[in-house]
Amino acid sequence: MIREYTTTVEISGPLMLVDGVEGVAYEELVEIELPTGEIRNGKVLEIDSRMALVQLFEGSSGTDISRSKVRFLGKQVELGVSEEMLGRVFDGQGRPRAPFDTAPPIVPEKMVNINGAPINPYARDYPAEFIQTGFSSIDGINTLVRGQKLPIFSGNGLPQSIVAAQIARQAKVRGSEASFAVVFAAMGITFEEADYFIRDFRSTGAMDRAVVFMNLADDPAIERISTPRMALTAAEYLAYEKDMHILVIMTDMTNYCDALREIAAARKEVPGRRGYPGYLYTDLASIYERAGRIKGRKGSITQIPILTMPEDDKTHPIPDLTGYITEGQLILNRELHKKGIYPPMDVMESLSRLKDKGIGEGKTRGDHADLFNQLMAAYSAGKDARELAVILGAAALSPLDQKYLKFAGEYEKLYISQGEHENRNIDETLDLGWELLKLLPREEMKRIDPKRLDKYWPVSDRAKAAGS
Amino acid sequence: MIKGTIDKIAGPLVVADGMKDARMYDLVYVSDYALIGEIIELKGDRASIQVYEETGGLKPGDPVVATGEPLSVELGPGLLTAIYDGIQRSLDEIRKEAGDWITRGITIRGLDHKKEWDFKPVAETGMEVSGGEVVGEVPETEVIMHRVMVPPGVKGEITWMIDEGSYNVDTIIAKVKEPSGETRELQMYHNWPVRKPRPVAEKKAPEEPLLTGQRVIDAFFPLGKGGTACVPGPFGSGKTVIQHQLAKWADAEIVVYVGCGERGNEMTDVLQEFPELEDPKTGKPLILRTVLVANTSNMPVAAREASVYTGITIGEYFRDMGYSVALMADSTSRWAEAMREMSGRLEEMPGEEGYPAYLGTRIAEFYERAGNVKCIGGDRSGALTVVGAVSPAGGDLSDPVVQATLRVVKVFWSLEARLAYARHFPAIGWLDSYSLYTNNLKEYYNRELGDEWVLMMKEAMALLQREANLQEIARLVGAESLSPEDQLILYTARSLREDFLHQNAFHDVDTFTSITKQKIMMEVIMHTHSEMEKALNTGVSPRKLFSLPLKEEITRMRYIHEDNISDISAIKEHVTSQINGLIEKEQTA
Repeated sequence: MIREYTTTVEISGPLMLVDGVEGVAYEELVEIELPTGEIRNGKVLEIDSRMALVQLFEGSSGTDISRSKVRFLGKQVELGVSEEMLGRVFDGQGRPRAPFDTAPPIVPEKMVNINGAPINPYARDYPAEFIQTGFSSIDGINTLVRGQKLPIFSGNGLPQSIVAAQIARQAKVRGSEASFAVVFAAMGITFEEADYFIRDFRSTGAMDRAVVFMNLADDPAIERISTPRMALTAAEYLAYEKDMHILVIMTDMTNYCDALREIAAARKEVPGRRGYPGYLYTDLASIYERAGRIKGRKGSITQIPILTMPEDDKTHPIPDLTGYITEGQLILNRELHKKGIYPPMDVMESLSRLKDKGIGEGKTRGDHADLFNQLMAAYSAGKDARELAVILGAAALSPLDQKYLKFAGEYEKLYISQGEHENRNIDETLDLGWELLKLLPREEMKRIDPKRLDKYWPVSDRAKAAGS
Repeated sequence: MIKGTIDKIAGPLVVADGMKDARMYDLVYVSDYALIGEIIELKGDRASIQVYEETGGLKPGDPVVATGEPLSVELGPGLLTAIYDGIQRSLDEIRKEAGDWITRGITIRGLDHKKEWDFKPVAETGMEVSGGEVVGEVPETEVIMHRVMVPPGVKGEITWMIDEGSYNVDTIIAKVKEPSGETRELQMYHNWPVRKPRPVAEKKAPEEPLLTGQRVIDAFFPLGKGGTACVPGPFGSGKTVIQHQLAKWADAEIVVYVGCGERGNEMTDVLQEFPELEDPKTGKPLILRTVLVANTSNMPVAAREASVYTGITIGEYFRDMGYSVALMADSTSRWAEAMREMSGRLEEMPGEEGYPAYLGTRIAEFYERAGNVKCIGGDRSGALTVVGAVSPAGGDLSDPVVQATLRVVKVFWSLEARLAYARHFPAIGWLDSYSLYTNNLKEYYNRELGDEWVLMMKEAMALLQREANLQEIARLVGAESLSPEDQLILYTARSLREDFLHQNAFHDVDTFTSITKQKIMMEVIMHTHSEMEKALNTGVSPRKLFSLPLKEEITRMRYIHEDNISDISAIKEHVTSQINGLIEKEQTA
């Protein structure tokens, strides 16, 4: 049943208050016809027995109080899904997005509510299959697994897009040729950035297996609220009904949160930290928790959300709350970037929580866990030595500290750093780790099981290593 | 039954008219979907209701029905091995009914009412009983005997008792004639409102440690059985791993694990791991003594608020049977945020950082439900230990939730990002953490480990404190220019950190260390320290001393299996002979 009203009493920011409504449901989809005939979309944000508060997806410019017609459509926000979505570019409301996509709209197989429902934890399958990204700093240290949500925390001017595009290009499950299909959600990024991704997808042929939802910086901010939900609805359809492995890249979550704050402010809600609404955690969780695997279903959803930390501050509410929800984080570091290291991955502060179940015998290699622990401990000691060297001068360091200092430098140069088109497999990454450890005395290998140490670094090597 | 109609919907908050005779915290069913909710405010005949399910699609005018009962849990056989959402609905059953995603309006009772249990009466006709008295026993799992108790508040003479046999929980198992002349029929289960603490006969101070097998906790910052602890830390500092380790290894008989607003995959991990993990005491799967409450971050926020109460009520119930129960709540910050969200929707005047002004009271009330107690209805003692994780914004300990928690808990395990980055796990900082139970537990440790244990721990802690001061100096002038004694302190403190405090949760042997092994490990380190001290006094150069190859053996001791503990003791002799060898060589030279 469609009901039409012309009883708008107030318009403020992206919100519209409609009086005298009847039978309208919470979160119902709304269509607004402007005097010019233009159609805008919105949804019911709050409802009581008299008034409906409507949030306009495309903003309120051009709407007026007396002549705009408000129609309640009797359904919630939905996305039409079908396999035809692959290779297409949509806007934040699921319509083909010019100029990237000029083809006619798809014929949907069915309509799906974009809010999704929480996956029953009992139905989840624990993510445990290693994804090879081709980056040593990810595969060796902060391993990504299928069904994980692992964000990239970046700062202004850091190469997060290049890293994300390279992951999208190279990601594969070891021992299988099947690549990932990519669902890409752009929120408030610039045309140039979006264009970079699309061109990269097109040039590598990845576009045939990609679905793009795009809300650019000059598109209505409010549409950003639905963009990631549209993208994840498409991803869920492809993963759980069409058995595909999906990599969802969402950029930039900071813009999404700012849009959320805009609505909260327009509603005059009590603000939490830095003006963000108190439910920011819950709202972000309703996006991030849509990653995962489900028992008995073949497909999976792996999420790589990207966000820029204002002033590189990890304790800002957006990265902070994200870090509490996601299964780790990859942090890009400005200092490494300035040193010319690509990817400028801060391996100390980065973390993949699901790594432990995704590495080891049968997944990567038996020595992976010990090797990882030892590399981290050594790099940490090396960085301590570097600090000490700044104060005392390198010459004043003990011989052991000098070795660690050298290790830290080589580790950054050879292990973390790699080319934009360099795709290292996991064996190359692990072997490189052992080579670097041999810069240190063998007795320092405290985190490595003795048997394993004997296998990968036989005692006979001791003399050779000590001489180096 | 009171029937009203919806007037307003805003997120999880629904306001209903026509609710004049409803009571605060009564359970209500909202709309024709029968969504479950709870009344949290009454104004005239308007009731504000927090709804535990998604409210999309609700309309003003939809019906609201108040049940007249507060939000309660069912307590009886069948709790163990279950996994519940925040309002005690079995996630397993929800999946059977609704599929892989949680949809709305599913009504599932907390216990399986069809399953038959082997019930054996232990009370007889004619006995005078009161609340808490055990009237029968049910082997709920292979490792836990479920004691069926008279519900608190019931008192009188047993006039009839069922024979031994297999019954479902609805079967009447006993009849009690109350002094008023009224006859009460008892079943194997009863309901209990989650927000009301269950009564106890007497509360006592904790006398025994809750041993966890985690060296930094048992040795330096022990938790008493029936005590409270909090673990605040920034993300990535290992809160959840610590909570999991405690759930796995703590020597409690029953574990209640509340995943409150946390990650779905983490709960799945627990679900998949616990049935396979072997309980070190019984050799049976851990899940047989575990109850899980999981309300993940994307599940409705109001049910998150209820989940900690659901968990602690179940914990109290097992405590009343005379068991030692450990409850882990991960994370209480999400619970506090759920309170904040509802408070905001109610347009209450906010306190600090938007949290409601009653935040501190609610947190204190929650932790006060822990305790080492004498149970009602018989001569039993039980304990409920509560460990709450806190996730402060930005890792900042001035966070209102952390501060309110620290005012009530007795143990503080401070997780430090600095340690986590250096992959020192558990990342519990030894300088800031504290336990106020060390005095209560002294007697236990003296009895079990001898008087020297407490002294040795004090000495070790003093070394770690000295290290912190010396490190600053060493940073400026270089470790080499410190006096030999100070260099030794740095050497031993490093050994304490690397060989004792650091523990690998993912290594088969290292993941759990008995206190006997802990003591021997500590003896090896401190023995090495005193032998080296002697050697320095004879004039041996620190550099030569520290480059003795004994470190490798000490490093490996954590990986020595509990069955071969004598191998660790043997290290002491190796240390002595190596150091003596060096002294002799120096003196002959």
